[in-house]
Amino acid sequence: MSPGTTAGTDAEAAGVAPILEMRKISKEFPGVKALSEVSISVGPGQIHAVAGENGAGKSTLMKVLSGVYPYGTYRGDIVYRGQLQRFRNVGSSEAVGIVTIHQEFALIPELSITENIFLGSEVTRAGVIDWGEQTRRATELLALVGLREDPGTQIKHLGVGKQQLVEIARALHKDVQLLILDEPTSTLNGTDSQHLLELILGLKERGVSSIIISHKLNEIEQIADSITILRDGHAIETLNVRAHGVDEDRIIRGMVGRSLQSRFPDRTPRIGEVFFEVRDWTVRHPQAPERLVCKNESFEVRRGEIVGLAGLMGAGRTELAMSVFGRSYGSYVSGQIFLDGREVVLTSVSDAIAHGIAYVSEDRTTLGLNLLDDIKDSVVSAKLRKVARRGVVDEARERNAAEEFRARLRIKAPSVDERVRQLSGGNQQKVVLAKWMFTDPELLILDEPTRGIDVGAKFEIYGIIQRLAAQGSGVLLISSELPELLGICDRIYTIFEGRITNDIPVDRADPETLMRSITTTQKKAAPR
Amino acid sequence: MSAPAQPTERRPTPEKPPFRVADVRRIFGASGRQFGILGALVAIVIFFQVLTGGKTLDPINLLNLVNGNAYVLILAIGMVLVIIAGHIDLSVGSVAAFAGIIVAISVNQWNWPWPFALLLGLGVGALVGAWQGFWVAYVGVPAFIVTLAGMLIFRGANQFVGNSTSVSLPASDSFAFIGSGYLPDPAWGVPLNLSTVILGVLAIGGVLLREGLLRRRARTMGTDAGPLWVAVVRAIVLIAVISGATYLFAKGPLGTSFPISGVILVALVLAYSFLANRTIIGRHIYAVGGNWRAAELSGVKIRRVNFFVMMNMSVIAAFAGEMWVARAAASGPGDGIGWELDAIAAVFIGGAAVSGGIGTIVGSVVGGLVIAVLNNGLALLGVNSDRVQIIKGLVLLVAVGVDVYSKSRGRPSIIARLQRRALSPAEGDGSDS
Repeated sequence: MSPGTTAGTDAEAAGVAPILEMRKISKEFPGVKALSEVSISVGPGQIHAVAGENGAGKSTLMKVLSGVYPYGTYRGDIVYRGQLQRFRNVGSSEAVGIVTIHQEFALIPELSITENIFLGSEVTRAGVIDWGEQTRRATELLALVGLREDPGTQIKHLGVGKQQLVEIARALHKDVQLLILDEPTSTLNGTDSQHLLELILGLKERGVSSIIISHKLNEIEQIADSITILRDGHAIETLNVRAHGVDEDRIIRGMVGRSLQSRFPDRTPRIGEVFFEVRDWTVRHPQAPERLVCKNESFEVRRGEIVGLAGLMGAGRTELAMSVFGRSYGSYVSGQIFLDGREVVLTSVSDAIAHGIAYVSEDRTTLGLNLLDDIKDSVVSAKLRKVARRGVVDEARERNAAEEFRARLRIKAPSVDERVRQLSGGNQQKVVLAKWMFTDPELLILDEPTRGIDVGAKFEIYGIIQRLAAQGSGVLLISSELPELLGICDRIYTIFEGRITNDIPVDRADPETLMRSITTTQKKAAPR
Repeated sequence: MSAPAQPTERRPTPEKPPFRVADVRRIFGASGRQFGILGALVAIVIFFQVLTGGKTLDPINLLNLVNGNAYVLILAIGMVLVIIAGHIDLSVGSVAAFAGIIVAISVNQWNWPWPFALLLGLGVGALVGAWQGFWVAYVGVPAFIVTLAGMLIFRGANQFVGNSTSVSLPASDSFAFIGSGYLPDPAWGVPLNLSTVILGVLAIGGVLLREGLLRRRARTMGTDAGPLWVAVVRAIVLIAVISGATYLFAKGPLGTSFPISGVILVALVLAYSFLANRTIIGRHIYAVGGNWRAAELSGVKIRRVNFFVMMNMSVIAAFAGEMWVARAAASGPGDGIGWELDAIAAVFIGGAAVSGGIGTIVGSVVGGLVIAVLNNGLALLGVNSDRVQIIKGLVLLVAVGVDVYSKSRGRPSIIARLQRRALSPAEGDGSDS
């Protein structure tokens, strides 16, 4: 059933005993077989990548390894440093040096770097915390991961990239032997990602093995020694990067079972009149009223047009979009919004929805979905009125609407009664898309819609976006992935420090120009 | 993601599944959460029925049970909405007492006709609710603090208005019926109370009509209504319960029937279940409790929702206070002490989550009944109130503990385990290719 699962990893080739072997791991959830007889093996000081589409079972495999799913809830053996392990919880796997760094950080924002690093393993003298020793060690660890910050700094004052480094410092403090990184770079910009990858390579030099899950195939290709590809809970193959000459296309072929000719669906844009216009938009920061999030910014979207908003994380893209979406961010100062040439005043999210504007937030679990809901509740939640009569929800119509979107967007779930918590990231994202498509938007604002999503689901989501545009809606796509913007947009705005720095038609845009515009304020660089 | 070129293994699904244990859950609604607590109630009733030698299901005892607990069960209805929205209300006992004393004074000293007095009491509840809702929803003070303050404020207001003494109601007043009244009995030479029988028949008719309408609606919309036997079993169980209750209440002493407080309770349960499950405002309450940020970005006006649940709770508390005053024929300075705890316990035994977003009206009322039957049964057995309190405390802890434990370990409920066992042979065949 599983060809090549035990085929040569470096460790075996070199005759070195692997540090970790997971043998024939199977894990079931009610009604779903998440993993079936998956085996992987990681050599000492090796970087092993696990690749696969959303829902392929990558995260489940890592949760089995780290003890989130304790011994007894799965079948198969975990052999670590020659011994059969039966982890009861995360604590027992960390005790032997297996540390996971999650997509969502487990840091406490109000505490300092030092306090976070030593949380749960405080250095004490006679039961009292030894702050001097902790600070000294924290400083060492920060130097090791290349983070130049005062260890007394509160976590909330650090950017995501730096928080990631604190997480790694914390893992190093726990004397990590095997580091598990789940999508470590999905929230990082290019520079921070590169720094992180170099750090992982540095750890490898020190003998620390890593298992990395990433959707960014170029990163896998760059640092991994071997790759295991999962598909639908099966280990499809294990590739030795150096021996096999693996490249991105090769990995994609393994992941989807076919090669994607193009990563973006074909499309002939049919662009109409300007229908959505924002003029001289000025918004104050919600906590610091003296700070302006954006000042006198203007942009427009035409019917049938996919407009990109390129910018790095923290550049003010989300803030700009949310303030336009019914003033859901910051406090409005001045500016106008025109819909089909007529000014509209949108003071609440429900106003915005009523005027055909939809905003798909970048964070689907905390801002996009109520994880307690099932699929059908979620799909209709932004426009209940559509399936209700005189305030009463018609459950049959609700179910039909949800079923229609499940089929149209190919949401993988046994039924629309499935809780959204049970779905994989890509399918959750499709539910969020369905929720906003259900509101019949004329302008769909998408904030990082493909973050943390695999290649196959990305392709599908691009197709969905393009179909919406073809039906005459306008799309504003916020993204930090330049290939994505260049691949599906018709026109791209760039934003840096809250200012729109450029407006480039896609046929005149190239990665260098975009990169320059999202990292500097020069407006002249526009090749107009 | 499903590659068309690649044949995926599919479990062969038979045209008509003969019997799936999964469907057993559908008898008690899709979630199945209420199944456990309903079972617990039945077990406790049987337990005490045996131990007390049949006194538990004696008609007179049942009448006392309903009349003596209707007010707490009604409070639980309001409380579960507050808790679903992610708040808590500690002030309900004080608010009930405050509204109660005003009703008593308006009847006793101002000689108001009772219907106006009742409306006045509800109006007082609405004002109190608007006050607390304002602080919770528009100022953003946590409901725990607002209602802790309210608990003090309205307890004090009750004693201030009533001079810390009891105000009694004129004995002749017909207002008493909402607390301890019975339906009229034409008594056409039948040994059973006719009004109760008519109510029972209407309820059975309602059950049948509902099942029929659900199935027809599902057919016309082309959705799956589930196997027929599920509907039939559900109808039979409900009809059996209704018939049994009808018989027990109808054969009570002359002049008694199913109590009016019980009729009010059933009407409120039906109305609020409809509100919670089927209306936009109900969905919004669950949305705010489940994830208020996502709700806000979906256009839900969360302030209005919070204001509504807090205000609604106080109106319901005022009504519960009125029922209490009607039954006791007096309003006193110590009325309603500890009611908030009974109501909150009922809601959590009924399966609601402390973090909000989860809970049902029916579950909470059943949770309240569990406490009521426990109180009643222990009293019948002559257990002293000190030990009754210890037992009640342990029941609350164990009921919620079991719920939390089974969820945190990701361990399926008994029903889900049965369901998996029934499915697994079919799965085994399909996956090995």
